[in-house]
Amino acid sequence: MPSTPYVSNKPKNTETREELRARIPGWGADLDPADRPSYPKERLDPSATGAHWDFPERQAGAEGREHSIEHEIVPPVFGTSVPLKGFSGAIRRHAYASYSEGRAAHWLLLILGDRVDAWESHLRSLASLRPDNPVTETGVLSERRRHGIASRFGVKRSDINHQWIDPLIVGAPWVAAGGAAVVVVRKLVRRR
Amino acid sequence: MRAMVYRGPYKVRVEEKDIPAIEHPNDAIIRVTRAAICGSDLHLYHGMMPDTRVGTTFGHEFIGVVEKVGGSVHSLSPGDRVMVPFNVYCGSCYFCARGLYSNCHNVNPNATAVGGIYGYSHTTGGYDGGQAEYVRVPFADVGPSLIPDWLDDEDALLMTDALATGYFGAQLGDIVEGDTVVVFGAGPVGLFAAKSAWLMGAGRVIVIDQLEYRLEKARTFAHAETFNYNEYDDIVVEMKKTTDYLGADVVIDAVGAEADGNFLQHVTAAKLKLQGGSPIALNWAIDAVRKGGNVSVVGAYGPIFSAVKFGDAVNKGLTLRMNQCPVKRQWPRLLEHIRNGHLKPNDIVTHRIPLEHIAEGYHMFSAKLDNCIKPLIVPNAR
Repeated sequence: MPSTPYVSNKPKNTETREELRARIPGWGADLDPADRPSYPKERLDPSATGAHWDFPERQAGAEGREHSIEHEIVPPVFGTSVPLKGFSGAIRRHAYASYSEGRAAHWLLLILGDRVDAWESHLRSLASLRPDNPVTETGVLSERRRHGIASRFGVKRSDINHQWIDPLIVGAPWVAAGGAAVVVVRKLVRRR
Repeated sequence: MRAMVYRGPYKVRVEEKDIPAIEHPNDAIIRVTRAAICGSDLHLYHGMMPDTRVGTTFGHEFIGVVEKVGGSVHSLSPGDRVMVPFNVYCGSCYFCARGLYSNCHNVNPNATAVGGIYGYSHTTGGYDGGQAEYVRVPFADVGPSLIPDWLDDEDALLMTDALATGYFGAQLGDIVEGDTVVVFGAGPVGLFAAKSAWLMGAGRVIVIDQLEYRLEKARTFAHAETFNYNEYDDIVVEMKKTTDYLGADVVIDAVGAEADGNFLQHVTAAKLKLQGGSPIALNWAIDAVRKGGNVSVVGAYGPIFSAVKFGDAVNKGLTLRMNQCPVKRQWPRLLEHIRNGHLKPNDIVTHRIPLEHIAEGYHMFSAKLDNCIKPLIVPNAR
């Protein structure tokens, strides 16, 4: 006769309650769903949160703050870490103003803005007292101290087959920028 | 102050920034004493999360000491030692009032589909994070809690996300006594989810990963059976075999957006950013769970589309449950479990890194070097 699941009984491959309690600290302590803090999922209890307002006082600076068009208002509190700026800022502002979160264009434009932001920031850093340093900022110098070779080889890791792409992602823009600089300099020299 | 700063994909450094100011009457400024790098920080680090701006400070797992409070803060005073949930939330909107703290509607102008998170891009509100000497904490009367005197700093730190999220992931599985629970991912969240599954009465707990040192931790820390998917042609078939071809009752995805195991899926998501996340673990979860079973998703995914095998989920009659963890809701019960000796969170900590070496910490964690499972950041250790 075939076994589970071709017949109705559950597989009997588990240990008994007593065996599990003896082996696992706290086994079954939350067996009753009532002991689980997120059960039920929604539990109406506004007094439990510590909020002493019906609607929070509004943080200053909401005017002009980019926001999802799925929001009726700019929420009362928001982050102010890095305001929009430059060409990347224009791309991001367009993404927020034109497309809802349900549209792929919204997110793809934001990702484009991220790439442009990285380029703009690298260029800006070159004109600063602290230019970006892809060697120290990638932490790659830790490879020796953190056993880069032993961690990767002789062990069964499938992520090794794509880690070679990472240096390309980091290095390609620098190589491209270097190439562009060489082309520009050569053109200037030839003009003379 | 010194703060970790994002400089573009795969690049971070420490910079001098202004100490954050009180911007709202219910703000507090916290001096950070310990922070951590979360696996989901790597999605930012790799440039996967839309609207991650150069100059942002990451870090949604941190504890510290209250430095300053705004005029309407009642519950905290300067000098208090506090742990801060990774959720920024108001406590009074439609969602917070119902316990859905991670889905707050009053803290994130940039998106309605996700609440506020410290140091996790402008898609989650544009807040700077805690991998710094100081951090602004909005709604100080709602989020932070005093750390009990008896609680170790590192245990408190892990309560701010990894432990709470793992425990929440097990709850989403609606485990009943004797269930076979499979956890994809032996990182911090997966380890805590596996450990928590036993608390809820699991009969078997199986953890799947590709890193042998993490599977070893799953065996010793979480008492789990383990499978390295690289040792099998097809891990789904292996899960069917080990469950008498029934499938697991509950599967938890504790991997998220950078899942490995399929070159094309991983590269299109993690490298080319053409998917919101690599859905390999999620698809394996859908295929490895039994018909009528539950799939819990606590791995983090980006907001754009992913190639998820939704038809199988429909045809199998699955229940898919997921959310960012409402952290503070978990704390009273987790404190009981820690006090009773059921959980010892900081057993999973492998590295403690000075803030000045943040680039090394990110690289090591990202490349999975030096048997790294959970790296902590020490802001004032120069």
